[in-house]
Parts: sequence; structure tokens; C-alpha cells
Amino acid sequence: MAHLDTTTNAGQLLAAASGGRRRQGDRIFSNIAVIAAVTILALLAGVAIFLVTEGLPALTASSSELPKGESFLSYVAPLAFGTCLAGVLAMVIAVPLAVAVALFITHIAPARLALWLGFVVDLLAAIPSIIYGLWGIFVLGPAVVPAMKWLEAKLGFIPIFEGPASITGRTMLVVGLVLAVMILPIVSAVAREVFSQTPRKLQEGAQALGATRWEMIKTTVWPFGRSSVMSGAMLGLGRALGETMAVAIILSVSGGVSFNLISQANPSTIAANIALNFPESSGLAINLLIATGLVLFVITLGTNFLARWIISRSEVK
Amino acid sequence: MSSSKWLAVFAAACVLVLGLAACGGGDSSSSSSSAGESSETESGGGGGEAPSTEASGEIAGAGSTAQEAAQKAWIAEFENANSGATISYDGVGSGGGREKFIAGATAFAGSDTPLSEDEGELGKAIKRCGPGELIEVPDYISPIGIVYNLPGVEELKLTPETLAKIFNQEIENWNDPEIEKENEGVELPDTRIVPVNRSDESGTTENFTDYLSQAAPSIWKHEVSGEWPVKGGEAASGTSGVIEAVSAGEGAIGYADASQAGELGKALIQVGSDWAEPSPEAAAKVLDLSKEDPELEKGQKNVIAFEIDRKTEASGVYPIILVSSLIGCTKYKSADEAALVKAYFEYAISPEGQELAAEAAGSAPLSSQLTKKVEAAVGAIE
Repeated sequence: MAHLDTTTNAGQLLAAASGGRRRQGDRIFSNIAVIAAVTILALLAGVAIFLVTEGLPALTASSSELPKGESFLSYVAPLAFGTCLAGVLAMVIAVPLAVAVALFITHIAPARLALWLGFVVDLLAAIPSIIYGLWGIFVLGPAVVPAMKWLEAKLGFIPIFEGPASITGRTMLVVGLVLAVMILPIVSAVAREVFSQTPRKLQEGAQALGATRWEMIKTTVWPFGRSSVMSGAMLGLGRALGETMAVAIILSVSGGVSFNLISQANPSTIAANIALNFPESSGLAINLLIATGLVLFVITLGTNFLARWIISRSEVK
Repeated sequence: MSSSKWLAVFAAACVLVLGLAACGGGDSSSSSSSAGESSETESGGGGGEAPSTEASGEIAGAGSTAQEAAQKAWIAEFENANSGATISYDGVGSGGGREKFIAGATAFAGSDTPLSEDEGELGKAIKRCGPGELIEVPDYISPIGIVYNLPGVEELKLTPETLAKIFNQEIENWNDPEIEKENEGVELPDTRIVPVNRSDESGTTENFTDYLSQAAPSIWKHEVSGEWPVKGGEAASGTSGVIEAVSAGEGAIGYADASQAGELGKALIQVGSDWAEPSPEAAAKVLDLSKEDPELEKGQKNVIAFEIDRKTEASGVYPIILVSSLIGCTKYKSADEAALVKAYFEYAISPEGQELAAEAAGSAPLSSQLTKKVEAAVGAIE
């Protein structure tokens, strides 16, 4: 009872000073928003400072002092290459698929099916990455082995299918496929959202002019959503570059820089390498791993800036 | 429209699950303690033998994942016998365990490689124990099996040189004359050999490469290290990853804790004129034949670190073993803490403790000869 009384009292008070109330509400809201924004920046800065201070001993050490006896650059280069290769591969597979799925859901499928399909695709994002990793080695990897043997035999003249094909399926190709499944829901969710917001007027106009459904999508939906799809793809790329557990479990990492996607010798990725070697590391070896983390941070930041720049250019056009 | 309703359902489900989990947790702890009581009464005099004095307090250790299963078993039994004692062991890896011990964050560590001067760890550990002394004793010996996947091949004999060539990718096919020479009467298929190694840094790799460089020095010229030195092989993370990779690929061969091999075939390794099989007894014998390494002991009388004799030609010995050690101090901040560490160490290295580890993790119990030495070192804890 007492509680109820105070709330009604407060309500009356606020109502009485209605002019002041609105201003106060605005003030509280803007303060919360500012605090949230600053927190994000502070978090990012905090991570960056940690990476730099902890990585610095490895960055400044001479190559003979480092645990592997090689310079930092030659240690991190194959890892950075592997990270980018896995990320690009995942994008090449996932983005067209995600766009197609989004178009199907928004423009082709009957409403009921679209609802369910959207739900199922979103569900993919809820599966933990370690499950994807286990699925990769137990199911997808062995299943892809015959396909990889075929690729080696028929398309072996292309360097990426040079082989010899792995017998266990723990290859860069399988990692690319698994990462593609993992980023699919992110990219398709963004694409779906923007495709469904294409102005009705434009779509109906195109069809009124005699456009087929494909022509309508090509002339109205795609140009309207293109830049958003691009930023969705970048979100997905960020996830693919940083994915740790699934890659660490699946990938057979024993090679240097190599474009060969189907062999047992693959370059590792930065995140997986940290996960695999951190537990047994001590001293400078830990600094070295953190310094590679800094490189990953820079790569991710770089790709995001690049993507923003490309999007802003395409919007001006 | 119904999103708030869904949210409510979700929240209710979460609360329910948390509630059940809490109840379940309570149940399991009470049942385990009652099980402890009953086992104590059942074993009677035998159970009382292990930790002689009732120790209490709380200590934490961290380190080697190889030892983790054994440590878990010891802790469970030890806590049953000493109701006031709480011990934790965090399997963070040998390197992490040594680092935590040196930093003073833990009372003891488990490590697959002895403390060495390579990164100054031995000196730092001695300093950490001041004014007391450092203790380092082997407590966990485990044979490393050479597992292979060749359907129809029941027995595979390999000389150290052949083994080194296989893992060095010099022999690339199973019907290579060098393998056939040692395996007369065995139908070896024309299959590509795929050597499988650990992709994560590990004590198993370090012990295996140490074996190869000692037993086949003319072929294996890589540095001994926890990180696999040869590029281009199949790599998998963790013991389970290696076993999975070998099982998945016909023609694959790998190295892993022998107790985890499951259905896979384990190769016989040439030792002298015999073919040795990975067995706990054969593994434990190696340390009896090995000399202690003065460089690793650095004049510390309670540090027992071996230069494992992998070149031995004695019969009934299996030289591809992993030796993991307990690391502690003779003095701790409080006498209670020291007493608890001492009681726990004594239990771990006792025949009962070693038997328990053999059951829980498939390790090889310390030989009686070694047990005496280790007991003396552990006895130095004040």
C-alpha cells in the first residue's frame, strides 16, 4: 500500500511540473546514451592498450630472444595469411548464399514458409562455435573427403586444389565451409531486413513497367539494399576472422603460406594459434601470442574501415 | 504482439533450470560425501594407511593436463580421508602451472617437463621457495603409444630409425621396403602414410621428440620442443584430436597417451634386440635405468629430475614415456599449509595413490626403487 501511494504521489508531482518533466527525461536519456557511447570507446581503448603493453616486449625483442628463434614478422605473417584466407573463403561461400536466402525469404517464399525459414536461419547463430567445430571434424570433414579427392583428380591443375587431398578432412576448405555456415545468419539477417524495406512504390513501379520478378529484384531491391548487404558482410567477416574454437579444433595446422585448400598442411589462423599454444606458454612466448592478437585487432579494424569507406563511396554514387 | 509473453516464458524457463541445477548440485555433493564415508569404512585399515595424519586447510595447484585425471582422483580420495582439507587442481597446462607456482599464486604445480634454466624458471622457482627449498619429484609416468590405422594389420614393428623417418616424412608409403623388412609376413598396403602430430604445444610432443632425437639421432635432427617441428603433416589439437584424426584416416599414424588409444593398433618399438609394447610396467622401468640430470637439479637436494635414458637396450623396457612432476616447496607461509602439501604429496606418490592413478588415467606406477627416493624428497617438507 505504502509503495502504491508513493508512486501515485510521484506521478502527480511529475504531472504538475509537466514542462520540467520532459526536460528532465531528455537529460536522463541523453546522459545514459552518452555514457553508453563512452563505455564502448573506453572498452575498445582498454583492449588496445592491453594488447600494446603486453605485446610490446615481443615486438621489441630481437629474433634470437623470441621463443621460435625467428623474427616477429616472419612468425606472424603465415598466421595473418591463414586468417585472411579463411575469412575470404568463408565470405566467398556465405555472402552469395546469404543474399539468395534473404531474397527467397523476402520476395519468393510464401509468407508462412518465409517466417519459418527466417527463424531457422536465425537459429544457426545460436549454435556455439565449439559445436560447429565438433560437427566439422566428425561429420562435415569426413563427408567432404571424397569430394576433395575428386577435386584433386579433376581440378588439380588449379593451385588451390593441388592436393594431395587430406584423408581426414581437416582442411582449409572445410574450415571455410564451417565458417560460412557460422556467418550465414548474420549476413542474411541484415540482408533480409533491408530487402524487406525496399519501397513498395519502386517494386510496383518496376512491375507495372513489365519487369519480371528477377528484373524487379535486379533494378529495385538489389540497388536499394546493396550497401547494407556490404556492411552485413563485414560483420560476418569480423566473426570469421576472429573465430577461434571451431578453427582450432578442425584445422590441421602444419604448413606455412599456401593457397592449397584441400591438403593436410594448412596455415593456422591468429586466433586459433593463440588458443592452441597459450596453455603451455610462459614468459616471452605469451607476449608473442598477445602481439599476434594485436595484429588481428589491426586487421579487423582495417577491414572495417575499408568497408565503411567503400560503402560511403557507393552511397555517394 | 506476443514477444513479451515469450520473454516471460523464457525467463521462467531459465529460473526453473537454475533452480534445478542448484538442487542437483546440492544432491551430488551430499551423495559424494556419503559415498566417501562408506568407502572409508569399507576399506578400513587399508584406507587409513594413505594419509597418516589428518590434514586440513585449503591449497591450490595448477599445471599439466596430462596429470589432470590422476590429480582429480587423488584429490577426491584425499578429501574423503581428510574431511577438513580442500585441494584444487587447475589443468591450465604445464607452462601455465609453472608460471603460477613461481608467481606464488599456487602452492604446487604439475609439469610435464622439469623446471630448467632455459628461461630462468629453475632459478626463479628456487627463489620463490626461499627461505625453504624447492621440491620437484616425478609423480606421473605414462607410456606414449604409436597408434596407427591400417585395417588388417594386427601387428606393426618399427625401429626407432623407421619411426623417425616416418614422422620426418622421409618414408611416405606403407609398403616401403624399410617397413617391410621388419614386418615379414605382414601384408602392408600401398597406402600413403599420413603422420599425425599435435597442433597445440604439449608435453607429449616434447617427450616424443626427445625420444626420436635420442634414439635416432642420425635422422631426427630437430630441436626437442613442445611444438611439433616438422611442417606439412596432419595436425590435430589435444590427445583426443590425434586419436580422432588417426581413426578417421586410413594410413594415418600418430603418437598419443597409450591409455587413450582405444581400438587403434599400437606399434611395437625396437629396443635393443626386443620389440617393446607400451605397458605401464615397461614404462616405469625406464626411470630406474635413467640417470639424474645435475643441470636440472642444480644442487637442490630435493629435486629429482632425470635425463631419461631413451637409448636403453635393456629388455622389457618401453622408452617412449611421458614423465610429469610435482613441484612444491619445503617451507610455506604457515605450518598448516606445509603440512597439507606434505600430506597430499605423500598420498600422490604412495603405492595407493599410484595405483589409483593407474586405474583413473592408465599411468605407470612409480617403481619401488624410485618411490623411496621420492619419499625422501617429499619428507623434507616441514
